[in-house]
Amino acid sequence: MTTTASPPATTRRRRSGDTERGMSRVFRWISTAAAVLLLAVLAAVAVFLVQRGLPALTASGEELQTAGRLPRGMTHLGQLVGPLVFGTLLAAAIALLLATPVAVGIALFISHYAPRRLAAGIGYVVDLLAAIPSVVFGLWGGRTLAPVVADVWVWVAGVLNSIPGLEVRATATGRSLATASVVLAVMILPIITAVSREVFLQTPKLHEEAALALGATRWEVVRTAVLPFGRSGVISAAMLGLGRALGETMAVLMILSPGLLYSFQIFDSGQQQTIAAYIANQFPESSGLAVNVLIATGLALFVITMAVNMLARWIVARRKEFSGAN
Amino acid sequence: MSATTSTPVGDTERVRAMLGSADAGRKRTDRMMTGLIYAAFVVAMIPLVSLLWTVVIRGIERFSPYFLSVSMRGVFGGMDAGGIYHAIVGTLVITLVAAAISVPIGLLTAVYLVEYGRGPLARVTTFFVDVMTGIPSIVAGLFAFALFAIFFGPGVRLGVAASVALSVLMIPVVVRSSEEMLRLVPNELREASYALGVPKWLTIIKVVLRTSVAGLTTGVLLSIARVIGETAPILITAGYADSINFNPFEGRMATLPVYIFTQYRQGTVPCAPGALDCVEDINLMRAWAAALTLILIVMLLNLVGRLVTRFFAPKLR
Amino acid sequence: MERHVKLSRISRAGSVALVGALALTLAACGSDNPTGDAPENTGAPAAESPAGDISGTFSGAGASSQESAMGAWIAGFQSQNPDVSVSYDAAGSGAGREQFLAGGVSFAGSDAALKDEELQSSTEVCGPDGAIDLPLYISPIAVAFNLPGISSLNLAPETIANIFAGNITSWNDPAIAADNPDVNLPDMAITPVHRSDDSGTTDNFTEYLHATAGDVWTWEPDGVFPVEGGDSAQGTSGVVGIVNDTEGAVTYADASRVGQLGTAAIKVGEEWVPVSPEAAAAAVDASHEVEGRHEHDLAFELDRTTTAAGAYPLVLISYSLACLNYADEAEGNFVKAFLGYIASSEGQQAAASAAGSAPISDDLRSQVEQAIDAITVG
Repeated sequence: MTTTASPPATTRRRRSGDTERGMSRVFRWISTAAAVLLLAVLAAVAVFLVQRGLPALTASGEELQTAGRLPRGMTHLGQLVGPLVFGTLLAAAIALLLATPVAVGIALFISHYAPRRLAAGIGYVVDLLAAIPSVVFGLWGGRTLAPVVADVWVWVAGVLNSIPGLEVRATATGRSLATASVVLAVMILPIITAVSREVFLQTPKLHEEAALALGATRWEVVRTAVLPFGRSGVISAAMLGLGRALGETMAVLMILSPGLLYSFQIFDSGQQQTIAAYIANQFPESSGLAVNVLIATGLALFVITMAVNMLARWIVARRKEFSGAN
Repeated sequence: MSATTSTPVGDTERVRAMLGSADAGRKRTDRMMTGLIYAAFVVAMIPLVSLLWTVVIRGIERFSPYFLSVSMRGVFGGMDAGGIYHAIVGTLVITLVAAAISVPIGLLTAVYLVEYGRGPLARVTTFFVDVMTGIPSIVAGLFAFALFAIFFGPGVRLGVAASVALSVLMIPVVVRSSEEMLRLVPNELREASYALGVPKWLTIIKVVLRTSVAGLTTGVLLSIARVIGETAPILITAGYADSINFNPFEGRMATLPVYIFTQYRQGTVPCAPGALDCVEDINLMRAWAAALTLILIVMLLNLVGRLVTRFFAPKLR
Repeated sequence: MERHVKLSRISRAGSVALVGALALTLAACGSDNPTGDAPENTGAPAAESPAGDISGTFSGAGASSQESAMGAWIAGFQSQNPDVSVSYDAAGSGAGREQFLAGGVSFAGSDAALKDEELQSSTEVCGPDGAIDLPLYISPIAVAFNLPGISSLNLAPETIANIFAGNITSWNDPAIAADNPDVNLPDMAITPVHRSDDSGTTDNFTEYLHATAGDVWTWEPDGVFPVEGGDSAQGTSGVVGIVNDTEGAVTYADASRVGQLGTAAIKVGEEWVPVSPEAAAAAVDASHEVEGRHEHDLAFELDRTTTAAGAYPLVLISYSLACLNYADEAEGNFVKAFLGYIASSEGQQAAASAAGSAPISDDLRSQVEQAIDAITVG
């Protein structure tokens, strides 16, 4: 294999010191073209979103109320988008808060704690769970989980109510943002786990062994070698999960009793709604300007996710020294 | 040898005692964290196991070779018949076409970003990949529908339109996960390869991609997992059909999530008292069995992915 | 090293073969004939088919309320016309009307009749006479509740309005007890559940409450539930699911879909009428058509305050929308034959057994048949 390859290699080296020739150049072009194509697709989506969302941004309050089917008592788009953005962020934030520590825990369990055989099996199950369709999460969350956690939420609300100055309501059906967030957390758990685990497994063995040689305990190895190395990966993973939580449609749609309020009553029904679920809920019966309104709310979701991702990039960029290919 | 035997016994004892006393706190932390990590694992397993259990128990009722091998053509009401073959075909065709579009684009973009990307184009691409992860699935569906409606008129429902919608969702996931994995390949490997006179493109294919193939496969499988369960964009673009359709370029197609959703939406069926060929919650039973099938399909895909990984990954140990 | 390479080559070939074999088995074992009695496509068309020359693939879209009935209609029609493939996309009434008016589908289902401006725009795809509404799916809406051991309650319109407005919050409220002297009402909180999506069911329900209990229910009829907050879910299966899981919950839903839940008898005039398809049909017969439309347009103005004996005015009418002229001959013939089948007593009976709808009266059927005859082709 190697004997046939060596003569051309010498000639190539003689011809120029630059490796950017022939296939190398073609390959470079192909991969650059892929990046450009990706940008073109995104541009097409963006043009579509803006073009279809624009009529809703420029329409008058009266038009929005009649043709745009804005909810009762709303005269401009902000009154609709505001609570939706609030609900989306609240649901996703709770989900992320619940899921990330647990996911990192499982990832560490798989990569550094569990026996090797068991770890492979668990890793496999977790990968599987990432693929359970959101419709199934919706079915499970609405029909199996909600009736069970309803009692828990009522109890939690009762406990919180004993704190003076706090008024917490809870619904008997369990169709509240808290339940939806728990389901979202379960949904994004496998995603965060899978990526984190992959990153933790890539920790240079030398770092770990060096830590061990210094007499570190297993947790100290994790804290000083694994976590710093994997931090950017974990943040990336969390952002992937957050992306799914922000844009999740069916599960929220099938679980949450929606409302359009700026409310922190996460155990009560009819308080908050997320953007994606709102679009899916309203879309079938919408036409004309009402669709433009929905696409404009979609634009808002787009912007939120963009902002969240920029934040994540910024955090990751500060940790660049741990990347292998810097 | 003999000279060193006099003192060390006492020394070792002393060192051990010193280490032991100073480490009490660290040991406690270690034990606590181990406990926490095990606890995290257990806590996470409760909902996941409950979910899987529910799907398996409720899905197995109707799960049979008959159910897998027939479509829903001519099945209505509480009829004790019908299956999901058409939806399995639709799911596989639509997802595979979507993967065929997005994996090359996504992977090459990741290669560009990690291996070539310098200057404004790379920065812009990185930024917009992030933007793209924020496209809500329903918006991707609307986009693909609008795109195809330009060419085929407003009533268009095609499998390939659904694939395009899914690709829009899939590409950024492929790029981000692949990018992460490619960056983890140590620079020493690349430099070693260059030092041997291997051109850059061969280095990328034979060294970088092969070293990270396990991670890349995980990423691709995750991205497939991300889209195989999508409902809303497929409802808009491919609609729903109750007959078998292999051709993504013609006619409506059903997929398993859409099938599950339509069955769930139809809910219970009114049965005349004493009717023999009528099952009241047949629709929900079919929905659960379809969910089970979908999970099994993903399991199979995962298995294939693992095999691929095992055969292509370099033998490091 | 050499051995490794060889091994992996073999395994690669193996995995490719495996995938190929999987694909082959998958492609080989499917069947489009789940019931086992559908005639083969290759055989001669069924002998008694009314119009045996209809063939092709056609689609409709619209109201999800008609989805179950449409499944029965499509199955029945396809067994009579084996060369036809019909699909119905239950995307929602609004989406159905929009696709229909854009010429994307041959027919549409809608919980609301076409609006005047939609009739105007329908002339673009339907020829100068535009489109018509045919009331082919009539279904009573039940007020369904989950109270252990209680399968029926008498609820006056004002009581229903007060429950859904949140004014009556307990099942043993005097207003409910007064109308149900024989029932032992539990001391349980009422959890009213409404539809979260824009729906024809909500539209009809609020219209009924507004007409019969206007001083309590002051909101105008609308497809979106007007009261803020409270529990809600998307779709009929969503609300029925919540009520099934929650004791003390009450909702309004397509009567055929409430399963084992208790249902209310509503007060019509001075009598209590329990929900039934016959009572719903009686309420439609007691109503009149909307004035000022095409002679074959059969849009109905339901009389919610009717006092006709045995009528249940809390009814949903879902229309089939069709053009009065189809430029494409095959499409036109299909629509005429398909709607003819839906309107036939056989078709209505199929829907009644599959979806629990109320079969249309013979009088209405003859009107519908005249309208279908008036559809021109070419």
